[in-house]
Amino acid sequence: MGRADAAASGGFSLGMLIYDTRYRSLTIQIVFLMLFMAAAAWLVENTIENLEALGKDFSFRFLSAPAGYDINQRLIDYNNQMSHARAMLVGLLNTLVLAAAACVTATIVGVIAGVLRLSRNWVVARLMTVYVEAFRNIPLLLWILLIFAVMTESMPPPAAFRGEAATSSMLLFDSVAITNRGVYVPEPLFDRSLGTVDLGIFLVSLDLVALIIAVVAAVAINRAILRRAEAVQNLTGIRPTTWWQSILVLGGIPVAVLVALGFHLGFPELKGLNFSGGTHLRNSLIAMWLALTIYTGAFIAENVRAGILAISRGQTEAAFSLGLRPGRTMNLVILPQALRVIIPPLISQYLNITKNTSLALAVGYMDLRSTLGGITINQTGRELEGMLLMMLVYLVLSLSISTVMNIYNARVKIKER
Amino acid sequence: MKKSALLGALTFAGLVAGTASAATLDDVKARGEVNCGVSTGVNGFSAPDASGEWQGFDVAVCRAVAAAVLGDPKKVKFVTTTGQTRFTALASGEVDMLARNSTWTYSRDNDLKLDFVGVNYYDGQGFMVNKDMGISSAKELNGATVCIQTGTTTELNLADFFRVNNMSYEPVPIETNAEAQQQYLARACDVYTTDASGLAATRAAFADPENHIILPEIISKEPLGPVVRHGDNQWADIVRWTLYALVAAEEYGVTSANIEEMAKGTTNPEINRMLGTEGDLGAMMGLDAKWAMRAIQAGGNYGEIFATNIGESTPIGLARGLNALWTQGGLQYAPPFR
Repeated sequence: MGRADAAASGGFSLGMLIYDTRYRSLTIQIVFLMLFMAAAAWLVENTIENLEALGKDFSFRFLSAPAGYDINQRLIDYNNQMSHARAMLVGLLNTLVLAAAACVTATIVGVIAGVLRLSRNWVVARLMTVYVEAFRNIPLLLWILLIFAVMTESMPPPAAFRGEAATSSMLLFDSVAITNRGVYVPEPLFDRSLGTVDLGIFLVSLDLVALIIAVVAAVAINRAILRRAEAVQNLTGIRPTTWWQSILVLGGIPVAVLVALGFHLGFPELKGLNFSGGTHLRNSLIAMWLALTIYTGAFIAENVRAGILAISRGQTEAAFSLGLRPGRTMNLVILPQALRVIIPPLISQYLNITKNTSLALAVGYMDLRSTLGGITINQTGRELEGMLLMMLVYLVLSLSISTVMNIYNARVKIKER
Repeated sequence: MKKSALLGALTFAGLVAGTASAATLDDVKARGEVNCGVSTGVNGFSAPDASGEWQGFDVAVCRAVAAAVLGDPKKVKFVTTTGQTRFTALASGEVDMLARNSTWTYSRDNDLKLDFVGVNYYDGQGFMVNKDMGISSAKELNGATVCIQTGTTTELNLADFFRVNNMSYEPVPIETNAEAQQQYLARACDVYTTDASGLAATRAAFADPENHIILPEIISKEPLGPVVRHGDNQWADIVRWTLYALVAAEEYGVTSANIEEMAKGTTNPEINRMLGTEGDLGAMMGLDAKWAMRAIQAGGNYGEIFATNIGESTPIGLARGLNALWTQGGLQYAPPFR
């Protein structure tokens, strides 16, 4: 009680800031904060001073100037007379497309490899071990360059498809061409297109919107059918047959919309120097996508394996004793519980994929790093502004992914009732 | 997390801008070495030879500057830069000068805060295609896939050329000349475009140079020259006048063979002033009297440098063309040494 009394009686001395546990933590925090702010102030000061010495100002006006360069892969309308901001947006969308596609495929590959690595089949399990160890222990950049080099060096050029004495031919009834400039696949076309809506920044295809609505509606109706079947089963003990209704709804509605829009495929064909028509998946995209998929897939496989091993063996035995077959045991009992262990590290892997897309520069994939962080910075000389802007974009992107995944994690984690 | 990112950005900026103020000449003398930014390898202009020594037309400028300032053409540290990193490397002080086939443009001179001190090669952008494509003019390139080094003026010229001629193309962005060569030879692109001199240099390195043609259209003006940071006039003058000394030496017939003789004194006062036998021009720039003599001894005069690295007797085989002396119908012209 002696010390508390001393404090209460107003006997405060400076030494107490360090020796009195009530103040110590506060003191340390304040001192640390001051040091941190001093360091930050020094950096800002130094930057401003040096920019002044170089005669450079700090301004983002360059974003509205015409970019002047072309970008090969464009998801939205773009030409070289549009602004640097627009070029940055094109790059950002390329980053997003690559990240999203790689996240989906890496998850699929990872889950399959992770489950198979636990297989009782010796050959399969060892093969998966080799896959995981080989891919996650070799730098990603090497995989990207390797795939890119294989695509460019060993595939035939478009000229090899030409003429009577063509040395290469298209695959799948002349619908797919694999060349050293990328893969050309058929594109969806609509005879009775609904046109597009201008959202100010970019155009949205109404055909796509209609198709998405159709799919969402079909899924919703299918759910209602299943719910009704369940209600009937609970009431009577007999589950009505629903499979044909499901097929009809899930397949029928989207197909009906496609037919109404006059859907058909546009095939790529050799015109002039290159293939035209169809969708062009460039080598750079394929190399990035494939490399990110197999590389990150190896990490996800380990996450999945860890998650499954974390579930007690008793759960499997309990499921078996209830008569569930191994496949259903995995899908209904093990994986749902394993997800709780798998998802937090999976978030990190998704963030890794998103950030690793910036390696695209190595193969000339025009992502955010190559447009804003590469050509724009180089042509305008705005290194500081460009880098800050790019960091901000990646930060926002990563935090958004993190938020969404955390929400999902909150939904699947154990709920204490 | 946000704070650490900001801190990182500022650290980066601080590093970038940290070393750019002091007088370059003093820095170079204290270091005993000129840091010279060169390309990652363009035959004839700047590329390491079999023994790892840097050789070439641009490299010769670096060596001449080192000889003028430090008295030894070997005292150069070559820093390889790509099209994208070169100006940042210069602005940040990582290199003292660039001699790296960089095009002098208005915005680079003013907006990027650089100073182009002269032109050592007058060039223009061209196109190279494989002969078997049967193309004889750049106007026939509609729909072509074009390999292009990113971060260059050629990238912007290319966009303009195709837009003006109402043609479409597919750009394949590439970082270095070596990658471009590989992509072009694998026929992942139909066309490779860069400065005509670069095309000639690249073609010379092919196994079958006769199967590739450079199309007749030259679509731009590309004055290539050494670059220094804006704001250090003394250093800019040293690099500028070193270059002029090489050109003037050719004009007055001073060669690496006869320079010792000439330095003893000639009847031409201009040569005498340049080589330091008369007056003291070097002191005006903060150098000694024999600076120009050493610069010329490093690799010969402009004509000799041209002939040994990229001239008609080399595999690259470039004609003097615009780069002949003004007395022979070209554009190379040095102001008087007076």
